[in-house]
Amino acid sequence: MEEYVLLGFVLILSIYLGLELISKVPSTLHTPLMSGANAISGIALVGALMLGSDSQLQEILAFLAVTFASINVFGGYLVTNRMLKMFKKK
Amino acid sequence: MNFIENISSFQNIIYIASSILFITGIKMLGKEDTAVKGNFLSAFAMFIAVSITLINVINPLLILIGIGIGAIIGSLIALKVKMTSIPEMVALFNGFGGLATFFIAWSEFNSLPANTFQYVLIMITTFIGGVTFSGSVIAYGKLSERLKVDKSSIITKIFTTIFYISLIYLIYSIVIAKIFTPSFDFYSILLILTLLGGIGFVIPIGGGDMPVVISLLNSFSGIAAAFAGLLLLNNVLIVAGSLVGASGLILTIIMAKAMNRSIGNILFVGYASSSSGPKSEETGEVKPINVSDAYLILENASSVLVIPGYGMAVAQAQHVVRELGELLEANGTEVKYGIHPVAGRMPGHMNVLLAEANVPYDVLVEPDDVNPSMDSVDVAVVIGANDVVNPSATEEPGSPIYGMPIIEAHNARTVFVLKRSMSSGFAGVQNPLFFKENTRMLFGDAKESIGGLVAEFKE
Repeated sequence: MEEYVLLGFVLILSIYLGLELISKVPSTLHTPLMSGANAISGIALVGALMLGSDSQLQEILAFLAVTFASINVFGGYLVTNRMLKMFKKK
Repeated sequence: MNFIENISSFQNIIYIASSILFITGIKMLGKEDTAVKGNFLSAFAMFIAVSITLINVINPLLILIGIGIGAIIGSLIALKVKMTSIPEMVALFNGFGGLATFFIAWSEFNSLPANTFQYVLIMITTFIGGVTFSGSVIAYGKLSERLKVDKSSIITKIFTTIFYISLIYLIYSIVIAKIFTPSFDFYSILLILTLLGGIGFVIPIGGGDMPVVISLLNSFSGIAAAFAGLLLLNNVLIVAGSLVGASGLILTIIMAKAMNRSIGNILFVGYASSSSGPKSEETGEVKPINVSDAYLILENASSVLVIPGYGMAVAQAQHVVRELGELLEANGTEVKYGIHPVAGRMPGHMNVLLAEANVPYDVLVEPDDVNPSMDSVDVAVVIGANDVVNPSATEEPGSPIYGMPIIEAHNARTVFVLKRSMSSGFAGVQNPLFFKENTRMLFGDAKESIGGLVAEFKE
């Protein structure tokens, strides 16, 4: 139980840090920020890699989780990069 | 044993390094000059976190095949997609992230959790991940206009009810988890209800409210990942997931503020029932104008403000708009673009379209910057925007959109409104701007009308 308290603490601190870091974003960057954050949520890939495979169902679930998280990661970063490259100053 | 412990602590050190890179990356993503680097940094953070986890993965071949398939599909979509389809693309990727956490929670349920708390975490992660997935798929359908469901239709009502049932079931399952261990049958009902509930969560929400929904789903996918991190006792999942949850939440709040509505009102009420005051039926004559007369006025203007809305995206008019802007500048006119935060279907939608058309971002201005000096603007050109320039928001306390911050186009010397027809905007509110003394309506397809103006300038 103790480790949950500790990790819960990490969770709260990270959310607070996120709110502080991103609170003032120019509207030009709203879409790239959303899409870049979306790519980061592909971190679920790391979780998918840690899944057990005791049964066939679990193997399938792990495979599906890895595949979908990878689409999220690769697609998310590439589309964000493509978008950001378009923004130019005068 | 010693070897495994060493690997595990080494992994944890790398996870901490990766977390720091994610934090720096997302911070840099919030500033124009550093955004590209920030995205790279966060991709690098992802790369090291994934690589170090791959070391002791149980079934390497299957996993690598999964990553390979995901990489190919993801890259193909990302590189092929048209910039006008970005909103639905982001929704879809977001849904896939949610689906991954949904599967993670499911798999963890099958490895027989050791304590009640883990069961509770599994239930919550399943719910958020599942709602993110099916909700995002519905958002994708709505944004790509493949899915058209009426807000008051019976289907909408059924799914909305299922959403509430799924929420109650989730709470119930958390409460009873203390008393008995949930069986797989019990859990499978949650799996199904969650997926159907996610449909019900998004289906009643209208197109104009999509910026809020996308931001919120974005936030959910992060929170789902953070909960999966708690479940798997993995700190990088928690940190990265929380950052996404926070950034999504901030965007959600910015969008809701720009509509002067609460998040609850947007999600659960919608415009239709929020209008209580008497609707003023605006009567009066609209004054149409044709392209050549509009050209004569624009040619003599010394400052022009372009105000784009979703209509510009629909008409794909951003390239001709940029061309017109350049011709005006060549003619000695100062050209700016007034961007309302909720114009379009996602946060920053107009900015992306104009960037695609090579409009530099420093000529884009926000409502607060442009409103005080609006009376010195010679011509405000409203392209397919409606509610975001509706003066009722400042003038009529009874209007459903009263109090919403708008771009005060009506204070410009002359207003051109490019519009297909006289239909009202998403909010269903009549727009008095169209009847103002200084307003001229340029009816027709925005791309054709602007194209006509460009042709006049070139002659």
